[in-house]
Amino acid sequence: MRYFELFDLPVSYQVDLSVLNQRYLDLQRAVHPDKFAHLGEREKLLAVQKTAEINDALAVLKHPVKRAEYMLSERGVDIRAEQQTLQDPAFLMQQMELREALEDIQHSGDPEAEIESFEAQAKQLEQQYSAGLGELLASSDESDLHRAADHIRKLKFVYKLKDELSRIEDSLFD
Amino acid sequence: MALLQIAEPGQSAAPHEHKLAIGIDLGTTNSLVATVQSGETKTLTDINGEAMLPSVVRYHGEQVSVGKSAQQEAALDPENTLISVKRFLGKTAEEIASSYGQLPYTFVEHQGSLAVQTCAGPVSPVQASAEILKSLHQRAVESFGGEDVMGAVITVPAYFDDAQRQSTKDAAEIAGLKVLRLLNEPTAAAVAYGLDSGQEGVIAVYDLGGGTFDISILRLNKGVFEVLATGGDSSLGGDDFDALLVNTFKQQTGLTDLTAKELRLFINKAKACKEALTSYETVNVKLPVREQEFTVTITQAQFADLAEELVKKTLRSCRRALKDAGVEKEEVLEVVMVGGSTRMPVIRSAVETFFAKPPLTSIDPDRVVALGAAIQADILVGNKPDSDMLLLDVLPLSLGLETMGGLVEKIIPRNTTIPVARAQEFTTFKDGQTAMSLHVLQGERELVDDCRSLAKFSLKGIPPMAAGAAHIRVTFKVDADGLLSVSAMEKSTEVQAEIQVKPSFGLSDDQVAQMLKDSMSNAKEDMQARMLKEQQVEALRVLEALEASLATDSELLNEQELTALRDAMAALDNARLTATDPQAIKAAIEQVDEASSEFASRRMDVSIKHALQGQSVDEV
Repeated sequence: MRYFELFDLPVSYQVDLSVLNQRYLDLQRAVHPDKFAHLGEREKLLAVQKTAEINDALAVLKHPVKRAEYMLSERGVDIRAEQQTLQDPAFLMQQMELREALEDIQHSGDPEAEIESFEAQAKQLEQQYSAGLGELLASSDESDLHRAADHIRKLKFVYKLKDELSRIEDSLFD
Repeated sequence: MALLQIAEPGQSAAPHEHKLAIGIDLGTTNSLVATVQSGETKTLTDINGEAMLPSVVRYHGEQVSVGKSAQQEAALDPENTLISVKRFLGKTAEEIASSYGQLPYTFVEHQGSLAVQTCAGPVSPVQASAEILKSLHQRAVESFGGEDVMGAVITVPAYFDDAQRQSTKDAAEIAGLKVLRLLNEPTAAAVAYGLDSGQEGVIAVYDLGGGTFDISILRLNKGVFEVLATGGDSSLGGDDFDALLVNTFKQQTGLTDLTAKELRLFINKAKACKEALTSYETVNVKLPVREQEFTVTITQAQFADLAEELVKKTLRSCRRALKDAGVEKEEVLEVVMVGGSTRMPVIRSAVETFFAKPPLTSIDPDRVVALGAAIQADILVGNKPDSDMLLLDVLPLSLGLETMGGLVEKIIPRNTTIPVARAQEFTTFKDGQTAMSLHVLQGERELVDDCRSLAKFSLKGIPPMAAGAAHIRVTFKVDADGLLSVSAMEKSTEVQAEIQVKPSFGLSDDQVAQMLKDSMSNAKEDMQARMLKEQQVEALRVLEALEASLATDSELLNEQELTALRDAMAALDNARLTATDPQAIKAAIEQVDEASSEFASRRMDVSIKHALQGQSVDEV
């Protein structure tokens, strides 16, 4: 997979972020357009393209959901631009409850405690759907890849909740 | 195997002489130029020994005056004296009116962009900025004994959007400067403090100027600066602290309805009082008005009380920026102070309390940005090939496209590391639709009307298809200076449209060329001679750079390729020395560029491999 190759990392859902960051900086130091500021236009253009590619690869590999989506698409299942809705009533019901809880935080008497408990729930869900994702993504079984897709879709919901939570936190404490 | 490098006569094999480069802080109130000479970084001064050039440009008759003289005459000739034009860069007349209220200028639309009507005709903020840059450029050339500079690093606020960055670059071009890089002001300040050497961690740059407040959070790791987040308030600065004192003066004297002249006196006294309070506990202000002399006493404690709300406002921005950056206050390793207003003890102590550490104040806060820019310019021009410093920047504001219903779809979110390229696919919404118009926007809000419109262009010639059948891929590319170009392509037919985003109210390349010409006929310079000079300098730069690359990597080329490249280089060297037509040199440069493209791309691959090899060896 090109992005992993670019960073000379083994293809695996488990990525050592400190190694990733270190390699990113090494690569940037080699190809950043600033290194070519005193050289010709063509070299500068090339440097901009390479650096952009490296930046993109980093953004994907760094983010657990984007990384999973990328690996899945490289395995032939591309869910990145899909509009499909989730067919899991129990999960959706739970999401609705969580969204309601999120809205209640703003009117709660002790928002900080509420936020903390909400964070814990979100984290628990994140762990639930991330666990085993690495194996599923590496599996040669087609059905495993579709199970991975299902996990990733759910993880996206969880990340959206987390974003929403941090927005609420912002509005409460600013 | 080449053991010996034999240089052609007249062609230096290994140029090692120091190249002249400058750093420019193009400020709202004052601008400065600095350079690195004999290992020392210093600001360059004018004949009166002044480093700061007031960012004021006055047009009178055939003449243009810049700096202090223009500033002194401002009151006599307000409509022809452009003050703080940086605020107008990349803005529309409506935006300026809503942000700054009443100004003494008549704004007009000139060649599709904003201009101020002066006695010398319409002047765009870009042209006025170019006059400031020209003045600093000239100061540098004079201090280098007449030798021209090879390039300049110009600083911009970290939050500057595409239109404002592009305008800054256009201004530099009109001023005849080769821009090595647009550098973010906070990054420049951190570089000036040498924070790149040996330290690792998070750095906060607190920049309180005359009219603006900026806070930036940078991460520093082994010589790499990364802007993690920026924030601030574009209408909060030293002037607001003066206004608080003016109010107190009014209350204490009982004079509420001041004439313009009296108000000016009060403001000047307020400024002086604020400055005196940096070294005195108590200041007595004498206000001679209406045949009386009022005395108002202000203590540091009183001033601190007055300023509390403003100070808190800046700290709220700090908190938000830290949050955006995803770092805790405790992680901040150093706090850098920038801007004259950070001399106020009330600011210093508030910042110290907030971050729980004393801020860095040893470098003059007015000069620190220009000094940092000079250090970066010295590296970029090639004087320090072994430097490890790398400055990574992020996109200050999200970039997106207008979609149905006046909404903005974000293509590249803010704080994405640049350079970056992102693509998104769109489709047609009507049967048989053959064109699609694209509206490029920048900003964080969801509605088109709340974002900055950067450009509109259309993709035509899409073959008629059913609604939703066409696949239009829109690609956004942002370069290391933060400048955007957008292209669109229908995938099945490969119909393309591309623009370098020149903001709707910005300048086209032709306009820049025209302004360049205008600016020179004003100064009675010879356009042709100057263009020839510029191409000669550029040719030398290209040749020296290639010589340096060949000295290390010539084995990447086979004999035939090497000969072709050498021939093109010899032709360019010849053109450089003999041609009288700048176009001839330009063509020869393009030939060399063409001949060296494969070499460049191989060198790039090798350096990538090398970068990672170094890494794996370290790990073993």
